[in-house]
Amino acid sequence: MAVSLTSPLQDRTGAEVVRTPIIDTDVHVYIQPDDLERHLSPFWRDHYLNFGKRTYDGMLFPRSMPMAARHDAWPPNGDIPGANLEFTQMQLLDEFDMDYAILTPLTGTGEVLNFDFGLAHAQAVNDYQIEDWCAHDSRMRASIIIPYEDGPLSAEEIHRLGNHPSMAQVFLVTRTRDPLGSRRYWPIYEAACEYDLPIAVHFGGVGGSGITGAGSPTYYIEDHAGMAQSFQSQVTSIVSQGLFEIFDNLKFVLIEGGFAWMIPLMWRLDRTWEKLHKELPRVKKPPSEYIREHMWISTQPIEEPLYPHQFNQMLDQLDMTDRLMFASDYPHWDFDNPMRAIPSTVADAARRRIMAENASELYDLPI
Amino acid sequence: MALLAGQKAFSVVIDCDIHNEVPHLEELYPYLPQHWVDYTEESSFEGPDANDYPEMVATTVHPDIRDDYFGDGRCNTATRVRLIQDRVLDPLGISVAVLNNAFRVPSIHSVDLAASMATAVNTWQREQWLEADKRFRASIVVPSHNPVAAVQEIRRWQNTPGFVQILLPVRSHVPYGVRNMDLLFEAIADSGLPAAINFGGAPGVPPTGVGWPQTYYELHAGMAQVFQSQVMSMVYEGLFDRYPQLRIVLLEGGFTWAPSLMWRMNKEWKGLRHNVPWVKNWPADYIRTHFRWSLQPLDAPDDPDQMLEILDMMEADDLLMFSTDFPHWQQKEVAPGVPDWMPEDLRRKVCFENPRAFYSLE
Repeated sequence: MAVSLTSPLQDRTGAEVVRTPIIDTDVHVYIQPDDLERHLSPFWRDHYLNFGKRTYDGMLFPRSMPMAARHDAWPPNGDIPGANLEFTQMQLLDEFDMDYAILTPLTGTGEVLNFDFGLAHAQAVNDYQIEDWCAHDSRMRASIIIPYEDGPLSAEEIHRLGNHPSMAQVFLVTRTRDPLGSRRYWPIYEAACEYDLPIAVHFGGVGGSGITGAGSPTYYIEDHAGMAQSFQSQVTSIVSQGLFEIFDNLKFVLIEGGFAWMIPLMWRLDRTWEKLHKELPRVKKPPSEYIREHMWISTQPIEEPLYPHQFNQMLDQLDMTDRLMFASDYPHWDFDNPMRAIPSTVADAARRRIMAENASELYDLPI
Repeated sequence: MALLAGQKAFSVVIDCDIHNEVPHLEELYPYLPQHWVDYTEESSFEGPDANDYPEMVATTVHPDIRDDYFGDGRCNTATRVRLIQDRVLDPLGISVAVLNNAFRVPSIHSVDLAASMATAVNTWQREQWLEADKRFRASIVVPSHNPVAAVQEIRRWQNTPGFVQILLPVRSHVPYGVRNMDLLFEAIADSGLPAAINFGGAPGVPPTGVGWPQTYYELHAGMAQVFQSQVMSMVYEGLFDRYPQLRIVLLEGGFTWAPSLMWRMNKEWKGLRHNVPWVKNWPADYIRTHFRWSLQPLDAPDDPDQMLEILDMMEADDLLMFSTDFPHWQQKEVAPGVPDWMPEDLRRKVCFENPRAFYSLE
C-alpha cells in the first residue's frame, strides 16, 4: 500500500492512505531587536542598548546568503526569516501538516562574553518562545536557551523553566569552549536530569578556537561541513568522561550534524576503548552502547550515499533507527523537505519511527 | 598467518607504515652541528615535546614487544633495526618497508633548531636505516610549521635514493589546504614524491574544534577527525587544483570514515560550491584521485560483512595500502597481516599493486 507523508484520503487504487505523522525537531525561531528589548529588564535593556551583544571576534565566515535562509523564507511584512509566527505556521507547519515542531532558537546566547548578560539574554529568548510562539500554537515546543559556558547560571535558568509544559529540552551549540564532558558543564546536566529534559546540541557556534584540530580553515563551506568533526569530538568527550554513569537519565540530542559519521566513530571509540579503557574508569562498557542508549540524532543534513541501497546499509550499520528524528532546519538554505528527505527505499516502519515516533517518545508528544 | 595464507597469488608485500623512532636524542648527536649539541647539553632541551605517542601508553608499543623495544633503556638504533627485521619483515615476507619517523620537529618553535633537527633525523635515517637493510625506504622529516625551512629540507633529500615521501603530522597549526602552506606543497609537488600525513603532531592549537580534551583516549580516538579536516581543507581550498600532481597517503588515521566524509563533502559542494569555484568535480572524485589510506588501524565493526560494505561504499580497490603500523598496538599480532575478510583480489592490490604504483617502485 502506498504511503504518503501528507494526508490525501485515497491512493490511486482507491485504497485508504495511512498518514505518516511528522514531528520536525529543528525549527529555527529568531528574535528581532524590538522583541528582545521588550523581554529584557530595564537594566539589561539599557546594557544591550549601550554595549550590544559582545561575543568572540575574528571567528566568523561570511555565509552564503543572508541569515543563511531560504530565499523564499523572508516574511512579506519585512520581518527576518524565522521571526514571524504566522509565516512559519503557513510555510512549514500547515504546508506539511506537521504534528509538532520543536523550536530551536539560534540567538548566540551562549557566546555572549558577559555571562550575566548571557543569562538575561537567555531569559528573554525563553520568555519570547513561550509567550510569542508556544502560547499561540499548541503544536510548538520550545528549547531552554542557556548561557552554557557558565554552568551554575545555566542551571538557574533550567530550574526557572524546567517544569514549564512548553519546554522540550535544554539547548546549546556544538562549538563550545571546552569539550562537553568537562566539569564546567556538569551543573547543566544535573539540572536537566532533575526535570528529565534532554540536552540538545545543535550545529554551530564559535567556541573560541578554530573549527578543526589543526587551526582555522578559510571558507564557509569548511565551517559548515566541519561541524561534523566537532560533533564527533563532543560525542567522544561526553562518552569518555563517563557522563552516562554519573547522570542516570542524561540524554543528548544531536541536531543538524548528520549521522553517517556516527558509524565509524562508534567503531573507532570501541576499538580504542578496548586498549585504553584503563584511562577511563567511569566508562564501564563499550562506548557504542552508551551512544545507542543515550543519544538521539536528527536527520538533516541527511547523508546521500552514491547508490540508494547504501542508505539502508548505513541505517543497519548505525543500528539507531529508534533514535533518528526528522528535522527540516527551516528556514535555512539547506532545508530538508519532509516529503523527500528520507529515501523511498526506507521501510515504512523505519520511516514512521524517523518521521515522528522517536520524537514522540523522547519529548512525550502524543501522536 | 593471514598475510601468508593470502600470499599465494603474489610474492611481493609492501608495508607502507613502520615507525623508526629515534631511541634517544643522543643518537642524533653525530648528525647535529656542534652548536646544537652544546645547546642541547647545556639546556634542558630533551627533544620535541609531542605527546602523541607517550612511551608508557599501551597503544604506543605492542605489549608483546615492550621489553625488547625499550630494552631497559639500553636500546639503540641497531636494536630497533633488528627488532623490525625479526618481528615484521622476515615473518611477513615484507619486500619493501616504508619507514615513518614521528620526530616532531614542527613542535620546536625555534625554527633554526627545528631545521637542524630535521636534517639530523634524515641523515640518521640514511646512514643508520637505509644503509642497514635494502628493504627500507624512508620519509623526509621536515619543519612543516615553517614552509621556507621545510622546502630547503625537501630539496636536500628529494633525489637521495631511498627517500620516497615527505612526512607531515596531521595536526598542523593551520589546515594544509590554506594557501600559507603553498610553498611547502609546491616543493612537494615539484619533487615528484608523494606526501604522507601521519597520526599526531604538536602544533600548539587544540586537537579538536571544541577545545582541549582531557584524556589520551580522546586525543587518540579523535585523531580521525583531524584527518577528516585535512582532507576537507585540501580539497575545498583547491590544493589539488593548484598542484594537480600532488598525491597524499593518510597514515594511521583509519579509513572506515571515508564514505561518510565523501558523502558529506559532496552534499556540501552541491549547496556551497560558489564558495570554492575552483573545485570543478565532485569532492569524492578528488579524494579518490589524490588520497590513499594505510590499512591499520582498521577501526573495524564486529561484523566483517559491514566492513565489506564500507569497502564497497568507498570503492576502496585502489585506495588502501597494506601497513602493520609497527610497533603500535593495533591487532592481536605484533605485525598483523591482511585481515581474513579481505577478498583475494583486494589483497593483491592492497599489499602490492597500490603501494607499488603510489611509490613508483620497480
